Amino acid sequence: MAPDSTALGDGAVRAAADLVAGLPPTAAVWCTGLRKRYGRHQAVDGVSFQVARGEVLGLLGPNGAGKTTVIKMLLGLVRPDAGEVMLLGRPASDPRARVRVGYLPELFRYQPWLTATEVLALHVRLAGVRVPAAEQRECLALVGLADHAADHAAGRAADRVGGFSKGMQQRLGLAVALVARPEFVVLDEPTSALDPLGRVDVRDLVLALRARGVAVLLNSHLIGEVERVCDRVVILDRGRVAAAGTLTELLGQREVRLELTAVPPAAQARLAAAGVVDIAGDWVTVALPADDDGTAVPDLVADLVALGVRVHAVEPGRISLEERLLGILRTGAEEPR
Amino acid sequence: MTARVVLTIAGLTLREAARRRVLRALAVLTLALLGLSAWGFSRLTATSDFGTLTSGEARLVASQLLNLVMFGLSLIAALGTAFLAGPTLSGEVESGIALSVLARPVRRSTVLLGKWLGLVAFGAGFIVVAGLSLCLVVRLTVDYWPPQPVGALALLAAQTVVLLTLGLLLSTVISPMASGVVAVGLFGATWIAGVVGGIGEALGNDGVARVGTISRVLLPTDGLWRGAMHAFQDPSVLTQLGPAFDGFPFLSEAPLTLAYLAWAALWVAMVWGLAAVSFVRRDL
Repeated sequence: MAPDSTALGDGAVRAAADLVAGLPPTAAVWCTGLRKRYGRHQAVDGVSFQVARGEVLGLLGPNGAGKTTVIKMLLGLVRPDAGEVMLLGRPASDPRARVRVGYLPELFRYQPWLTATEVLALHVRLAGVRVPAAEQRECLALVGLADHAADHAAGRAADRVGGFSKGMQQRLGLAVALVARPEFVVLDEPTSALDPLGRVDVRDLVLALRARGVAVLLNSHLIGEVERVCDRVVILDRGRVAAAGTLTELLGQREVRLELTAVPPAAQARLAAAGVVDIAGDWVTVALPADDDGTAVPDLVADLVALGVRVHAVEPGRISLEERLLGILRTGAEEPR
Repeated sequence: MTARVVLTIAGLTLREAARRRVLRALAVLTLALLGLSAWGFSRLTATSDFGTLTSGEARLVASQLLNLVMFGLSLIAALGTAFLAGPTLSGEVESGIALSVLARPVRRSTVLLGKWLGLVAFGAGFIVVAGLSLCLVVRLTVDYWPPQPVGALALLAAQTVVLLTLGLLLSTVISPMASGVVAVGLFGATWIAGVVGGIGEALGNDGVARVGTISRVLLPTDGLWRGAMHAFQDPSVLTQLGPAFDGFPFLSEAPLTLAYLAWAALWVAMVWGLAAVSFVRRDL
């Protein structure tokens, strides 16, 4: 480039750089209006969400809610009937969108006639990313298959994947998902075949990914697992998004349990206005508004007493993600985001 | 990028074929065929009145036996490739192996092309090695060498390619075992239809003769096999045997036409295209 053109473009280049820096980074994945019908069964019905860069998103929902189908549509494994997917800034129909994507399928099986090292080498080649052999071995060590990497390095006949236990295959699947330096990792039930120790390993792994700025989409039945590592949660039910939000948005909501007798209709109306969740005998559970500034409980109790209700007990409570999930699935109500 | 993926998958397919039991089964069957034919041919020259036959008669018997043995080989190749091609696609889809591979930045048609190339290399390699060994066995035992061994083996390899392409198409729509069974079944049915057609021709019954012609167009395995036979057999066989042997299943009366070869190539391309369309549209 000629020196004068650099001088001329200096201000323009800086302006352009500022403009680009000011742009919001493209999401790791963005999807809208995803639909999929299998025969008469509407498996996915208008699902939209996004996972920001460096964010860990948990996908929750009962069996048959369409979680795995949604994941497969994001990765181009299932063709959506309708809807759009952008992966790392490219349309998902373009295979290049998946260069920096790692995937551990729910149904994980790897070529049984290959060794663990060969499986990783295969996936690195398919991804078209240069990853040195040493880094590939580190990846195996990271998921607890170091022995197999060491075997190979020492020139001994490494075990073929066909002889691996379920848990070892799942660990290998994690290594496959992580080996090609992904920027977005999709883990579909990553701990289904792992013992409690393995589950802790996976949790640490997800947290390490987040620390490196890698986005993670985690589908898991284990709510505790999701609660510990996810920034945000999307709850699917019968193919639709039943609720979505950050954990504080979903769980920040507190509740209060009251033991009441002699409740007149006017007091019942007051309780309903406060947000009754459940009534079991004399016990009434009331969900408190998220923007409560500490006045909701005293105000409610004062009003109830004024209405002639006899208040026997007032207990604070915090809703766990599990209770929240069950509540959402039972009522099927659309929650505010 | 595409070439790299095609070669990677082709290499993987070859490695799979080499490491799975199919190869061992194929090797055992081929060795059995080689051993049995060597023993059979050597007994023929040792005990029968083979020595008293005129040289023309001896060549005739040898060339017929070679066709018979090559038919055994083509059957082994058909079984082997059909049962390799079937599991390779639908088996991987069923087991979940395909999920992690296809989630990589690859097109499905590229993966299919790689698989197909790997299978073609394997099937053709097998035909060349085993077929050449059989020719050598015949050469050593009864001193017969086919007139066009290269063309004959190429046609046998082409027959294998036709069958494995069909197996690949079937495996995109039905289960692995079923696709192997159907492919081998169709292969057998076409051969029988060819025999029936030959009998029809011998009897001068056009309707029956048409059965063979139509089946050879629908699935070119039998047509290619007949072309291969023609290249294996001694050219004097037809004149020596005469019209009494018209329609004999291990005798081919005419070489292949270029038009038929072109049709076989087009057939492979069309079936491959169908397999690609079916595989690309499939939900995993």
